[in-house]
Amino acid sequence: MARTAERPAVAGTSLVPLVHRIAWRRRETSDVVTIALEAVGESLAPFRAGQFHMLTAFGVGEVAISVSGTPGAPGPVEHTIRDVGAVSHALSHLPAGGVVGARGPFGTSWGVAGLEEEDVVVIAGGIGLAPLRGAVHQLSKRRGPGRLTVLVGARTPDQLVFADDVRRWRELGADVRLTVDAATPDWGGEVGLVTALLPGASFDPARTVGLLCGPEVMMRFAAADLADLGVDSSCIRVSLERNMQCGAGICGHCQLGPLLLCRDGPVVTYGGTVAALMGQVER
Amino acid sequence: MTEELAELVARHPLFAGLPTDVASLVAGCAHNAAFGTGELLLAEGEPAEALYLLRRGRVALEIRKPGSGQLVVETLRPGELVGLSWLFPPHRWRTDARAMEPVGVVSVDAACLLAKAEADPAFGFALMKRLLPVLLSRLQATRVRLLDLYGDGAHR
Ligand SMILES: Cc1cc2nc3c(=O)[nH]c(=O)nc-3n(C[C@H](O)[C@H](O)[C@H](O)COP(=O)(O)OP(=O)(O)OC[C@H]3O[C@@H](n4cnc5c(N)ncnc54)[C@H](O)[C@@H]3O)c2cc1C
Ligand code: FES
Repeated sequence: MARTAERPAVAGTSLVPLVHRIAWRRRETSDVVTIALEAVGESLAPFRAGQFHMLTAFGVGEVAISVSGTPGAPGPVEHTIRDVGAVSHALSHLPAGGVVGARGPFGTSWGVAGLEEEDVVVIAGGIGLAPLRGAVHQLSKRRGPGRLTVLVGARTPDQLVFADDVRRWRELGADVRLTVDAATPDWGGEVGLVTALLPGASFDPARTVGLLCGPEVMMRFAAADLADLGVDSSCIRVSLERNMQCGAGICGHCQLGPLLLCRDGPVVTYGGTVAALMGQVER
Repeated sequence: MTEELAELVARHPLFAGLPTDVASLVAGCAHNAAFGTGELLLAEGEPAEALYLLRRGRVALEIRKPGSGQLVVETLRPGELVGLSWLFPPHRWRTDARAMEPVGVVSVDAACLLAKAEADPAFGFALMKRLLPVLLSRLQATRVRLLDLYGDGAHR
């Protein structure tokens, strides 16, 4: 049973962006867009769920963006971007046919290949569902006894992403629960913290792996609640974001304590030093 | 009837594990109640005279927001407690609580429960030890939501 996130093969990943064209784009919410990239020339190496690419908006800059597509799926590679600053704004406003740079994949993955039998509890906040989307696709197709629970929190109902996927995951047997911070009564769904969904979920803590992605405060609370329910903290994986530059373990920009998050993360095991390091101010 | 209620009280997560005589004291103040979809269990500003042990259906806590109508600030599921304002003065509800679907509760008369707690401090303390964690966890959840985790400027 794989209990830790998979280590990547950093060697061979390039520092030079490969030119990609936006095959299509889809608006997810008022400030979130999914863009699907296809190589113009040389293709990127295959990725695993949880890994990220460095995407360049030419003339603006480069940012780390997780792959939101499914590993091995044919066709262009999906990335889901929230428009918060210069680079993400440029990337999310390029039209279909527009050209971007991409390099990678970088970092660790969710390690879903090792999760055949386990119950898996996925907890995502906001656009944190994007880096988990490929993993949930893969997990929802498992045939073993392991149950899949997906808990998603967002600010308001119109900020929830991937409605079609949620439907599909439910059809495939996953227990998907959504909650928001506030809503009008016509929402009809849950309102409250994403962790408030945990008591209603059915999983065996002794054989559960937690996959968490979202705001760090949310991940800390969710990890603590999972641990309180009996999930071993070495079985809880979180995806951590820090400012990335090279993406390849060279520049040190993404350092968190002893970790270089572009190489040792973004997916790390919560137990041990990571729990203490979370909340540390970005360097 | 009271025996059945005592069993329902003892099985509710709020009182699970309490000695049967404690559950019986609570049940002595209780009756079963049902609410249809959209019906109010409690209304903002009204006297807070009961607590509800939610057994079936979901309940939305709502606040009236001028200009936007009702805003749902929390939803409660079976196993949870609806209503805490009966505990302390001024004993008035601070929110509306509306049945989102057909709801079944054990309704406990607040004055009756408070009188028993005053008369029997051991019972009162056992009661407080069950109620305060609910208050605390709702306070903590509210604090986290105050951070507007997913809002503008939030990381991710
Ligand atoms: C491993 C990794 C994976 C990532 N995956 C994704 C992804 O899948 N999708 C995605 O949209 N972003 C993702 N990010 C964040 C992304 O790399 C950028 O930080 C983000 O797009 C902002 O860059 P910017 O240049 O547009 O804005 P900046 O000019 O850097 O920031 C503008 C403002 O936005 C705030 N801000 C920065 N990042 C975020 C953020 N992520 N959410 C909200 N506010 C923010 C800043 O504090 C600042 O106030 C990831 C980051 C890492 C390290
Ligand atoms: S981004 Fe350069 S070392 Fe991680």
